[in-house]
Amino acid sequence: MAVDTLPTHTDTPVSRSASGIRIGTSASLLTILLLAFLPFIVYQSATSVMIQLFILVVLASMWNLLAGFGGLVSIGQQAYIGVGAYTVVALDNQGLSPFLAILFAIVTASLLSIPTSFLAFRLRGDYFAVGTWVIAEVYRLVVIRFDSVGGGDGKSLSGLAGIDPTMRAAVVYWTALGLAVVTVLACFLLLRGRIGLALTAIRDDEVAARAGGVDATRVKRIVYLISAAGCGAAGAVLAIDAVRVQPDAIFSVQWSAYMIVIVIIGGIGHLEGPVLGAIVFFALQQLLADLGTWYLMVLGILAVFFAIVVPRGLWGLIADRTSFRLFPTSYRLENDHDRRAR
Amino acid sequence: MTLLRIDAIDVHHGLLRAITGFSVAVDEGEVVSVIGANGAGKSTLMRAVAGSIPVSSGRVEVNGDDVTRLRAHQRIARGVALVPEGRKLFPSLTLEENLLTGAYRRRPGPWDLDTVYDMFGWMPDRRNQNSRLLSGGEQQAVAIGRALMSNPDILLIDELSLGLAPIVVKQIYASFQQIVVNGCAILFVEQDVSQALAIADEVVCLLEGRTMLAGRPADLDPSDVESAYFGATTGGH
Amino acid sequence: MDVLNALTQGILLGGVFALFASGLSIMFGVMRIVNLAHGDLAVLAAFIAVVALTYTPLPFGALVVVAPIFGLLGYVMQRLLVTPSLEAGPLATLVATFGLSIVIQNALIEGFSADVRSLDAGGLATASISLGGGIDLPLVGVLGLGTAIAVIGGMQIFLSRSRTGRMMRAASDDVDTAALTGANSRHIYAVATAIAFGTLALAGVLFGTRSSFSPTSGTLTLIFAFEAVVIGGLGSLWGTLLGGLSLGLTQSMVAYYDPAAAILAGHLVFLAVLALRPQGLIPARST
Repeated sequence: MAVDTLPTHTDTPVSRSASGIRIGTSASLLTILLLAFLPFIVYQSATSVMIQLFILVVLASMWNLLAGFGGLVSIGQQAYIGVGAYTVVALDNQGLSPFLAILFAIVTASLLSIPTSFLAFRLRGDYFAVGTWVIAEVYRLVVIRFDSVGGGDGKSLSGLAGIDPTMRAAVVYWTALGLAVVTVLACFLLLRGRIGLALTAIRDDEVAARAGGVDATRVKRIVYLISAAGCGAAGAVLAIDAVRVQPDAIFSVQWSAYMIVIVIIGGIGHLEGPVLGAIVFFALQQLLADLGTWYLMVLGILAVFFAIVVPRGLWGLIADRTSFRLFPTSYRLENDHDRRAR
Repeated sequence: MTLLRIDAIDVHHGLLRAITGFSVAVDEGEVVSVIGANGAGKSTLMRAVAGSIPVSSGRVEVNGDDVTRLRAHQRIARGVALVPEGRKLFPSLTLEENLLTGAYRRRPGPWDLDTVYDMFGWMPDRRNQNSRLLSGGEQQAVAIGRALMSNPDILLIDELSLGLAPIVVKQIYASFQQIVVNGCAILFVEQDVSQALAIADEVVCLLEGRTMLAGRPADLDPSDVESAYFGATTGGH
Repeated sequence: MDVLNALTQGILLGGVFALFASGLSIMFGVMRIVNLAHGDLAVLAAFIAVVALTYTPLPFGALVVVAPIFGLLGYVMQRLLVTPSLEAGPLATLVATFGLSIVIQNALIEGFSADVRSLDAGGLATASISLGGGIDLPLVGVLGLGTAIAVIGGMQIFLSRSRTGRMMRAASDDVDTAALTGANSRHIYAVATAIAFGTLALAGVLFGTRSSFSPTSGTLTLIFAFEAVVIGGLGSLWGTLLGGLSLGLTQSMVAYYDPAAAILAGHLVFLAVLALRPQGLIPARST
């Protein structure tokens, strides 16, 4: 008996988006446009503060990519933040424009992450985390031995001296905003593609994924590299924003603390999580910064609380209850409601 | 007297109901076998009786005490010991240390290191050997010995003959006599139906979590057992 | 002769590292968690001793005060933080202990200021044993090494000979099967945490006596303890002792030639072990 072709299922098609997602995507595009126009509308002091928010979005997204999707929990990404910042300093010594140096910062961070990954991947789980921290410390201790980039005291950027301060502030703002948008978009595209599929397979069952032909180690290395690149870019922007790089600050494990707290509060394993977490964190920072050590204690307690009580984070709570998404990365079956809306 | 009474238990795996309305009574000195095809729910049943997974409804009674709400480590003290599927010896411990873990919560009774070594004569020479170096059959013997060290009233054995050579299985079944002679009862899961029918006092056949057939091997018709095992309707072969 | 002195200092320093590392080792061995607040807890012990010393002049009488406080702290932390986070997921313990670390460091800064200080142990801090040939062994250092060996030896005996120790090893292999043999995992974890906290109390007081410390000292302490465990080999207590000694020797010998590079040298040795012999000096599970 001949086997006919399978009937096409026109009654339950599979798609990427639904009305909830489309609303979310449109809303985000509008917000980005508004943010781009901000330097023309508000004072410099307000936009300068926003730069911190954009940097946090970049860093948190990179940590979320690494830990939430890649399963690699690192507390050493500050190594690449520092590498990015010091690339700008080193090239500034050679007379290169710091803004142009951002691209080189991405390159150096990416290149250094490759041999580093071979070392770091020798460790697993929690031990991997502390290992990455030690590696970051090594980066710092090596860099401060070079007086040409300021040794232990740090160095200021001279290439920005000739630019009008207001203009410079605006350009840094747009650079930071642009970087944040590019980062989140890059994560989105990555996760929608083959790497995203591989990561999901690895997350579900690594042994089965490897048996199915997924080179899990190579995929993780790619994710590690991208995360390093993003952190390097963020470090470069931080250097330009502050006009000065100080090794203890730029290589501080505090950055990892921020990344972890933001992603845990925002929602790990979701693209929207780091963005939401960064906004919440940034708001807290503005409100409580005067409290000094108490502010940090609040952060610590929040981290403990969320880790134990709300492990899926704020966006996790939203995602569990609604179909509202800013980024369509998963497949869903269209039902009658969706098709009528189409 | 009845050592183990299971009364209409349901066991769930998430949303899936793995066991439905299962009941059995095991008396002193009795050997009862649970048979069934893969996926019938035999291992789930064993783990539920041992307390590793919770029962969603029904009752488990040991020696007249209701143990339904007790977790695994508490049931040992009440006289239930499970030899798990796959033996599950502790790989960083030696043979003797594995046996001694069984005595962590020991109850009064005849079983201790000496009596276990009497039963399995090859063990004393290998007592300090790491358990990973033992063969499958030897590991099974140690796992049984470990369970016996707590002096249980009811010994549960999950997938006894899995991965073992027939001659090894025979030896292990030969030890059953010694175990029940002191009043201990055995409830065991067996893939090999003919073995089960030969050894057990009573046989229960599971299919998709339900009891299809139960009775003394002498009273059971082989074709009925076959139908119950595979779920075919009678007269359909 | 100074080189020899550096050598002996290194061994004594290694003893302190080993003592710190032993608690980390046991918590990871039994519960598979790294307590990121490990170093900060030791510093907390030192600060509690500072307070205790204002009431009792005896230097190691302070330990009498610190030890029970830490026992209680260990029990509370186990119930409130460790067990819930173990049940919440793999990332939870890392984040929760990281959060705890932040809280402890800042609470100490708030309570004691960020200044560096040390424990006043009276004559004990400066007493030393003279080995002749210009080598002086500070008594505190000898005590540190001796305590480390005693603690690690004691733990080893406890794990291999005692009923509970054997069950702890079984639970670290397979906690579900251990439950089938009657082990209550919560109890087992509580014992492991109590032991770890006991070593922390000892380590903190000893460390505070032999060197100066501040609220932020915990960070480096954690890193050194971690390096000692990895260099020595995960899963081996004697390995942890060896790892501590190796790290101490490295730091001390390099410090003799270039003090600024001492800590970096230690990190590089750690990375070298990771690259060339990741199973550590004494691999676990060797039959």
